[in-house]
This record gives sequence, C-alpha cells and structure tokens, in this order.
Amino acid sequence: MSGPSDYQPSNPALQWIERRLPIMGLVHSSFVVYPTPRNLNYWWTFGAILSFMLGMQILTGVILAMHYTPHADLAFKSVELLVRDVNYGWLLRNMHACGASMFFFAVYVHMLRGLYYGSYKEPREVLWILGVIIYLLMMATGFMGYVLPWGQMSFWGATVITNLFSAIPYVGESIVTLLWGGYSVGNPTLNRFFSLHYLLPFLIAGVVVLHVWALHVAGQNNPDGVEPKSEKDTVPFTPHATIKDGFGVACFLLLYAWFIFYMPNYLGDADNYIPANPGVTPPHIVPEWYYLPFYAILRSIPNKLAGVIGMFSAIIILCFLPWLDAAKTRSSKYRPLAKQFFWIFVAVCILLGYLGAQPPEGIYVIAGRVLTVCYFAYFLIVLPLLSRIEKPRPVPNSISEAILAKSGKAVASIAVALVAAGALFVGTLQDARAEGDLKPPSNKWSFSGPFGKFDRGSLQRGLKVYKEVCSNCHSLNYIAFRNLADAGGPGYSVAQAAAFAADYKIKDGPNDAGDMFERPGRTADYFPSPFANEQAAAAANGGKAPPDLSLITKARSYERGFPQFIFDFFTQFQEQGPNYVDAILQGFEEKPPEGVTVPEGTYYNKYFPGHAIKMPKPLSDGQVTYDDGSPATVAQYAHDVTTFLMWTAEPHMEARKRLGFQVFIFLIIFAFLMYFTKKKVWADSH
Amino acid sequence: MNPDASTIAAGAPIEVDLSPVAEGQDIKVFWRGKPIYISHRTKKQIDEARAVPVASLPDPQSDEARVKSGHDQWLVVIGICTHLGCIPIAHEGNYDGFFCPCHGSQYDSSGRIRQGPAPANLAVPPYTFVSDTKIQIG
Repeated sequence: MSGPSDYQPSNPALQWIERRLPIMGLVHSSFVVYPTPRNLNYWWTFGAILSFMLGMQILTGVILAMHYTPHADLAFKSVELLVRDVNYGWLLRNMHACGASMFFFAVYVHMLRGLYYGSYKEPREVLWILGVIIYLLMMATGFMGYVLPWGQMSFWGATVITNLFSAIPYVGESIVTLLWGGYSVGNPTLNRFFSLHYLLPFLIAGVVVLHVWALHVAGQNNPDGVEPKSEKDTVPFTPHATIKDGFGVACFLLLYAWFIFYMPNYLGDADNYIPANPGVTPPHIVPEWYYLPFYAILRSIPNKLAGVIGMFSAIIILCFLPWLDAAKTRSSKYRPLAKQFFWIFVAVCILLGYLGAQPPEGIYVIAGRVLTVCYFAYFLIVLPLLSRIEKPRPVPNSISEAILAKSGKAVASIAVALVAAGALFVGTLQDARAEGDLKPPSNKWSFSGPFGKFDRGSLQRGLKVYKEVCSNCHSLNYIAFRNLADAGGPGYSVAQAAAFAADYKIKDGPNDAGDMFERPGRTADYFPSPFANEQAAAAANGGKAPPDLSLITKARSYERGFPQFIFDFFTQFQEQGPNYVDAILQGFEEKPPEGVTVPEGTYYNKYFPGHAIKMPKPLSDGQVTYDDGSPATVAQYAHDVTTFLMWTAEPHMEARKRLGFQVFIFLIIFAFLMYFTKKKVWADSH
Repeated sequence: MNPDASTIAAGAPIEVDLSPVAEGQDIKVFWRGKPIYISHRTKKQIDEARAVPVASLPDPQSDEARVKSGHDQWLVVIGICTHLGCIPIAHEGNYDGFFCPCHGSQYDSSGRIRQGPAPANLAVPPYTFVSDTKIQIG
C-alpha cells in the first residue's frame, strides 16, 4: 500500500498474473520490504494482535451463526444446545464470547499506546480518526452480540441502551421505534441486531484496511517519536516485525486461552444464564466490562439528555485529540509532565470502570462525578495546557541515536499512577457495605481447579436426589437421557441410560388419528417437565414458577468483592454458583431470627437474598436412600445434587479443562520457539 | 424498519376486567410488549396523591389529570421507568407507589416521579372505561 512496487515474481505463471493484477507486489511492498522503525517495543505488536482477533471473531462467529436461531423464543435454547450438542460448540462459544473481551482489552492497550507515544499527531490524524471509527463500530458490534443469547442481561441491556436514544429531542422516540421494530424490545429487535451483528464486523474489516493504508502512507510512529531519517533507522517488515508480532500474538494467546479454557464465565454476568423475561428487571443491570467507564459517565450526570451527551462525547472527543494536544514533542517519553498525567488518566479510566459496576448510590455517585470531570479535564484542560507550559526534554536526532542512548524507565510514572489509583480507591471503598449479607461458604468441589473432574459417585447420587426430590417441581429442560451416558458425565452405559429413560412416560404425537399419546422414554428424549407450562408451574407453587435447574449453578452468583475477584482470576475460582446452590439447600431455618418476619407462603433462608424464599425446605435427613453407603444427610444430599447440577450446567467441563491443558503446553512451547526465533532474527539489528 | 403489519395488529386494543382486583391490589397486564400496572388505590393513596402541591413536583401534573373522573380509585400506568426503561416494582419506595430497582427512581401513588434520575412521570396509556368494571387499553 505504499506506491508501485518493483517486485517481480520468478515463476512465469505468477508473472502473468502480476502484470494484470499487481497484488503480490502490493503484499510485498506492504508486508515484506516495508520499512518499520527499529526501535518499536512490544506495545506495537497489539496492531497485529487486533488483526488476529478480528479474524478470530469473524471465523468463530460465522460458524456459530450456522447453529444459532435468531428468534426470541428459540435464541436462548439454541445457544445452549450449540454449547452442548455441536462438536466443540462449547469451544467456539467460549472463543467468541471471551474473544470479544480480549478484542476490547487489546484495543484499549492499542489506544493507550497511541495516546502515550503521541501517535495521533501530524501527519497521522486521519489514521487516528479511522481508529476511533473502528472503536465505535466495535462497541456497536459488541453490544449487539451481547443481545443475541437473549438472556436477562441481554434483554435488559438492550432495553437500557436503546432507551438512551429516546433522550434525543423530537426524533428520539422514532429512532427507538426503528431500533426495536415494535413497541418494545422483542423478536424484531433480536432479528435486526443479529443481521447488524453479522454485517458490522465486515465494515470493521473495511475500515481496518483504510487504517492500515493510512498507516503505511504516514509510516509507523515509534517510542521516540522521531521520524526515521536513514536506512539505519529502519528494518524490513519481514522477517523482523512479522516474527516480533508472532511472538506478541503467542503471548496474547496464552491470556486468551486462560479465559477460554479456565475462566469462561469470569467476565460474564450470571444473570445472562436466565432466559430473557420482559416482566422482571434484574436488580442490577451492568453492561459488559468494556463499556463500564462510559456507563459510569452516563450515570454520574443527573439529567438524562446530558448524561447521554456526556457518554457519547467521552468517545467522540478522541477524534479531536490531534488538535487538543498541540505539543510538538510526540512521545511522552520526553514529556515529563504529560507522562504523569497519562498514568493518572489511565487510573481514572479504570476507576470509572469500577464505579460503572457499582450500584448508583451514595459515595459511588459522588466519586463518579469527580472522575467524570477528571476524564474530560484531561482532554480539555490538561493536554491543551501542557502543550503550552511544559518544557519537554530534548528528543534524539534519530532513531539509531535513541537506541544507543537507551536508558531510563517509567518506574516513577507508574508509581504516581498507583498512588493516585490507590488513594481514589480507598476513597470509594469507604462506604464499607453495611448491610453485609451472609455470603455462602466456599466448599471443596471435586470439579474446581485446572484438573478438576466430576466425582462420578456424587453425580449418580445427585441424579437420584434430583429424580426423587427436585424433579417434583423443577424441570431440567436441557438434559436428555442420552447425556447420562456421555463421556465426562455420571458414567452410565448406553443401556443403563436407555433403561433409565424407559421409566419415564413421554408425551408424543399426534398419531394418525390426530391424538397425543404417551410412550416410554427413549435416550433421545429430554427430562420431562413436572408441569405442562410455566403458568401451571406458577399456579401450583404460589404464583412463582420454580426455575429450570439445567443452568442454575451458572445462573446464580454472589459478589466476591474487591480485591477477592482479582485473586479469583489467578486461582481459577469459578464456584460461586455451586456454593450458592449448596448453601441455599442447607440455609433453611425453622424460626427466623429475632425481629425478622417473612411473608406468608415463604420460608426463611439465611443465604437467599431478602431471606424469604418461596421454596419450602426440600431436603431432610434420610429422605433419599443411598446404595453406596454415603451418609444420608442433608449436607451430603446438597453436595451431591449441586455436583450433579454443575454437570447439567456444563456437561463438557472435563473436556474443556483437558483440552485447555494440552493447548497450554502447546502455546508455551510455541511462544518459546517464537521468542528464540525473534532473538535470532533481531540479533544484528539491536 | 418500522414495525411490520403483524406487530401492529398484535398491538391492537385489549380489554381488561377489573372486577377481581380488590382495593389495595394491583395487576400487571401486557400490552404491546409493555407491562401496564392497573392499581385499585385505597382512599389513603388517593388522598396522599392529591395532597401534594402540584407545582412542587419535578414533572407537574395533578392526580385528577392522570385518572378518569368518576373512576378515581383506578390508576392505569405503563410500568416502564422513564429513565432507562426498567420495570418499577409496585408498592415499594417512600411514596406508596413504585420503586425502580435499576437506578433508584421513586414514583408516588399517582405514578408521578418524586425522587431519582427519571425525568418524567410514568406514562398513562390511552384507555377508556367500557363499563364500571372493564377498561379497554389502546
């Protein structure tokens, strides 16, 4: 993309093509001989990482779309069946869902790198603005993708975000109707979001081509912010940048794989495993983490229209960055003040993200307002002011000179940022959750950790408890009898599963006479529901239908709080759901504590939010007979049935962890090979 | 991309029988995919709603203007928070009305915004009394 190339293929057939379409010359001049600055650091590999992620999202997305049904009644189920029944469907879904987070993580690093090293300055303004457009398209794509599984958070996220547009005077309501295709978020909304979610990534790919084109015209910026002057300042793209990017991507893949195989639900919301219900709002609507800083800005402004304007300007303001920051020196490496403010800005963004996830009350609102002001002040006051008053350090004459004079680290700046972040954090944590709800105790589960496996005996006993107790009220819609014989499950043989199925009466039909009839279950049948429909279930249970249990251990969670949730990432703690279910089953108390009354028709449970649960105490000692000599106690029942329900929520968990281990071994070896190859290639360039 | 014919047809008016709703109770019906709260208000709730000076409200509107005269005990509102579209919970909050769990907006027993970020009162859908115990919404 940098002008005509004199590249000539040696093969006559390729020469024939090249004379008519000089595509190999284009690739050769753009990605082989293209000169890149010699001093690029690893922050520059995020461009390649982002291209890789875009390709990954499109590839996994296209395959997922082959199995997905965009209909309000079927979408949730089709996603669940995709995960359970499609070959490696769980892997595809995890790659796509975690991939979105990784894509945003990489784009934030990429943007902050541009901010720090002044990559938006003359002559790269258009390059930067194209980047902001890509980011906006990514946000729209990510939002619409999150709606597709049609869980509670999908539905209510869509409701809240589409309602933002109703704040626009005069045309707001019509715009919202156009987005909905109806009178509220519903099936037409899901259909058009699916269509756009499929379209936008290709638009992104198009703008990425423009972005790379603009990059190759202006040339890459570099950590020292001086333009390459001679051949000594650059190295050819291939093999130098290619191999370095390859190593960067390999390291990034390690992080990505950690999420895919070990923490697939860490960044998601448990509520999204509950099917969308237009009649019930989740108590706490939170967008995906990558939107949180902007959500915090939206909520800090008490006026609706002003909040929406504030949120969008927080992104649009980036387009004006090249003119807001008029400093001649590009790289913050040589700008002592800009460097400090940059790290404070990073801390402000992270804290805004933290606040975006908190309930909008008390100190959080005030902190949100202060930080919103800080966010805008960085662009509107700090940067314009700095370009006038700051005295930058002298920049090196050339890149090769800069490499020779290599020294000085950003330790001091990082310290400033940490202190700023720490101080603000302490400020926001002051409110010290007074209500202090009792948290479920952390149990020991056989399936936790990187090598966790289901305890077969526990699964089989849990199935017995489900069949004899829970199944009187709770359905198990996503589990078929054949699953009982699946690898990584309770370990029954196909014949045992068939015999188990035959005990059930399944409604089938209509037959030739047009009548419905009952027949014995087959392995392909799903566990039948105890009630004909949701209304019947609700009517028989005091007005509230007992939830389906297939996904219950993934659909329930509790706050682990800061800083515990950070440690959880490293210890692979994922067992909030099982802990909660186990605790609920054991949390019933005959008599509520002094001064607490629960409404009629509900029961006191110390772990249930609000403590008044509609379900009566389901288990008592000795209720289910165990054949294998395990203690017939409520604690044991609860443990077994929770283990069973963890399996029903994720039947391929063992496969996920096993494949994860293999992938990690491969990636670590691959990353080392890339590293040593890179060292060899760069040996005489440093 | 505007609503298609079947969506519009499904949004036709509906009739709701009010006779089973006792005083102090409320029901939630769906119309055009939106929850509609129909409250049978108590004397206390009506008095509270009428005692407030209208000018002091964030979105000034009298209780009389929000109900049908002669049927003052019936409050019919769209149960969608005017802030960002969540569903407020009936019989909660400090004003004997509705409380939105998302961002903490509170509405009184006339569905008027009293506290929180919502800019406007809960909307009153178009409806008429077909008879004393039956309304048509839409």
